[in-house]
Amino acid sequence: MEIHYTAEQIAFRDEVRAFLKQELPADISRKVKLGKHLTKADHERWQQILSRKGWYAPGWPVEHGGTDWGPVEKHIFDEETSAAGAPRTIPFGVAMVAPVIIKFGTEAQKQQYLPRILSGEDWWCQGYSEPGAGSDLASLKTRAVRDGDHYVVNGQKTWTTLGQHANMIFCLVRTDPEAQQQRGISFLLIDMATPGITVRPIITLDGDHEVNEVFFDDVRVPVENLVGEENKGWTCAKYLLTHERTGLAGIGASKAALSHLKKIAAKQEKGGKSLLEDTLFRAQIAEVEMSLMAAEVSTLRIVAAASEGGVPGAESSILKVQGTEIRQAITHLMRKALGPYALPFLPEELELDYDGEFLVDDYAAAPASTYFNMRKLSIFGGSNEIQKNIVSKMILEL
Amino acid sequence: MDFKLTEEQQMLQDTAARLVRDVYTFEKRLEFSASDAGFSTEFWQQLGELGLTAIPFAEELGGFGGGGVETMLIMEQLGRGICLEPYMESVVLAGGLIGQLGNEQQKEELLGAIASGELQASVALEEPSSHYNLYDVQTTARQSGSEWLLSGRKGVVIGGHTAGKILVSARTAGDVRDQQGISLFIIDPNAEGVSRRVYATVDGRKGCELFLDNAKGELLGTAGDAYDAIRYQSGRAIAALCGEAVGAMRTACDLTLEYLKTRKQFGVPIGKFQVLQHRMVDMISELERGTSMAILAACLADDKDSEERSAKLSAAKFIVNRAARYVAEQCIQLHGGIAMTWEYNGAHYAKRLVMISHQFGDDDHHLEAYSNQLVVA
Ligand SMILES: Cc1cc2nc3c(=O)[nH]c(=O)nc-3n(C[C@H](O)[C@H](O)[C@H](O)COP(=O)(O)OP(=O)(O)OC[C@H]3O[C@@H](n4cnc5c(N)ncnc54)[C@H](O)[C@@H]3O)c2cc1C
Repeated sequence: MEIHYTAEQIAFRDEVRAFLKQELPADISRKVKLGKHLTKADHERWQQILSRKGWYAPGWPVEHGGTDWGPVEKHIFDEETSAAGAPRTIPFGVAMVAPVIIKFGTEAQKQQYLPRILSGEDWWCQGYSEPGAGSDLASLKTRAVRDGDHYVVNGQKTWTTLGQHANMIFCLVRTDPEAQQQRGISFLLIDMATPGITVRPIITLDGDHEVNEVFFDDVRVPVENLVGEENKGWTCAKYLLTHERTGLAGIGASKAALSHLKKIAAKQEKGGKSLLEDTLFRAQIAEVEMSLMAAEVSTLRIVAAASEGGVPGAESSILKVQGTEIRQAITHLMRKALGPYALPFLPEELELDYDGEFLVDDYAAAPASTYFNMRKLSIFGGSNEIQKNIVSKMILEL
Repeated sequence: MDFKLTEEQQMLQDTAARLVRDVYTFEKRLEFSASDAGFSTEFWQQLGELGLTAIPFAEELGGFGGGGVETMLIMEQLGRGICLEPYMESVVLAGGLIGQLGNEQQKEELLGAIASGELQASVALEEPSSHYNLYDVQTTARQSGSEWLLSGRKGVVIGGHTAGKILVSARTAGDVRDQQGISLFIIDPNAEGVSRRVYATVDGRKGCELFLDNAKGELLGTAGDAYDAIRYQSGRAIAALCGEAVGAMRTACDLTLEYLKTRKQFGVPIGKFQVLQHRMVDMISELERGTSMAILAACLADDKDSEERSAKLSAAKFIVNRAARYVAEQCIQLHGGIAMTWEYNGAHYAKRLVMISHQFGDDDHHLEAYSNQLVVA
């Protein structure tokens, strides 16, 4: 057993670090580290930089523009980009719909969509959840009825993250209402500019616009936009969900957040000392850091097993729960570090071009909002309760 | 020992409950929050007309001579509606400080007006680096002729943006963190040398930062001796906040339980899932724990000052802070995505519940305070 990276892996890590040092725009990483709002243009700028380097789609096969990295390299890459304050990759195109197209799509679909994802021409969003279908995704009701060369789609999707920026949406729709729940579902790619689509913002509790409702009213979608077979969309969905879950532990993001927490604690005062020197507060940072250490080793174990061809099972659900709890604990401590100054709600200070005086400091406007926003982590991507159901079904044999 | 309410207390509770129910619908609350004042001036008036702002004051000042229990009963109802009015700040805290430290003239001039609701006062005790230690005072006051002039910065003054008077702690002697040498002053927020930066708060209220530059202040009590009163009265504020938290937790639990019964997934109400039943029970168990400590705090709030009273009030705030956070987080979790939205009432309860811990000490602050006074024999 060996806990350290090999010499090649360290060389790879250094290469990634050097690249980030050179190429990651300072204004973007500053925004990320301070929890400020990223614009669509920020995301696109960073994506272009990665694309040029050939590193935007590490998970894809090389022939489509991916890399030949193994799981350990991918992990190192995630880790380093988070630590450097790179924007998280918006997963819907590159890490969600693309793997499905690569696995189940036609040659024409691959030709049409994959290059546009790499180049950033298409911004995808995920149309799974509906008002009545959250954890019980298979109860979804959005209907697609075949009419000649088209499907006519009617219904509503909700919680569509960053749908306001998207020009494409991948949807699960019901094509056979008679069949048993999972059987009558199909996977459709829909152009958001098609007549009949309305996007409405949902404002989250922190006052942000990050999710949307998407309404479909007689939306005509060409049949060639079906991925896989009709009524077999659940297979695509399941495939995608396992892809989604492994990234959800967010170890890299938590490490970056933890180091930001330490910076905040070093600046916030209590009793004439910094909070970092306050035994009680320091101990809480230590506690979460140790949990994170354990989660990181767990991740590495999964990563190592995957590079030997293993398929992550219950472990990835366990890690999703642990990882999200750790991230939430960090945001709790950041909010706590501000003391009474967690109360002021200063969204204007979250804009990078804010040129007024900071009430406290440039880091102080984000933590309370972030704390509430991060409650989502234990709800989406399969809620933490659902993850535990999965784990118990998989391994307990009760 | 008796945990029953008297007939009068029962009536008081009913009056407050009815008023909150009638006025504080979800939509109305959002409107009040978005208004300039950040709360309903009309509701504030109604609190006055119904005598609710007069409850803790002596009868000769037009009050009802109520104690901690009466305050808790009102605060609990204000918590049920997550009402935005600075009742605690004006009635409990400013009123309490003036009552304890003021001379006859100040009491006469101010307490009657606070009791009737005519005057909304606020209190500025925190500073950028005080972090709940109210003796950590850097703002200074110096005497110039017969006047006191204050300079410095006070932070997160809830209700300070609309207040007719603000009570400000400032140092007249001693070192930054000495308990001696702290004085309280009454300032007129519109006076020369006072400026404010007004902001909304995460829980939908409004407050301000107070910048003082040789601003005139009227001394309350004797110079240098205000800290005992500040500590004592912030104990009353803590008890009031505990009452408010209990009210807000109760509504958050009600909303969650209702949702468990109505939201269906996998063909059944989600309340059928045992894990959620247990979680709901844990929420109620936290609410129970919090209720007990809020009652304890209410019963001690107006007792004679003592170390035991202070320690128990710290214990109450510690337990209530933790309970409030648990209820807030689980309220969101058990609702799923819906409670992540501005449009859903439960989200606003969660925000207020978490923010209560940022007023008058979070769990760390009170854990430390309690352990420092731990009785070991
Ligand atoms: C910020 C945010 C962004 C999102 N982005 C997207 C997106 O881009 N695209 C998309 O399609 N969806 C998205 N979602 C939706 C997300 O996937 C759902 O919120 C999630 O599936 C939970 O569904 P729900 O909100 O309807 O909660 P419900 O399923 O109604 O769950 C409510 C509660 O019941 C619990 N529960 C449900 N079933 C069980 C069970 N069997 N056993 C035990 N407990 C159970 C849940 O854990 C939860 O605590 C997003 C959600 C949020 C909050």
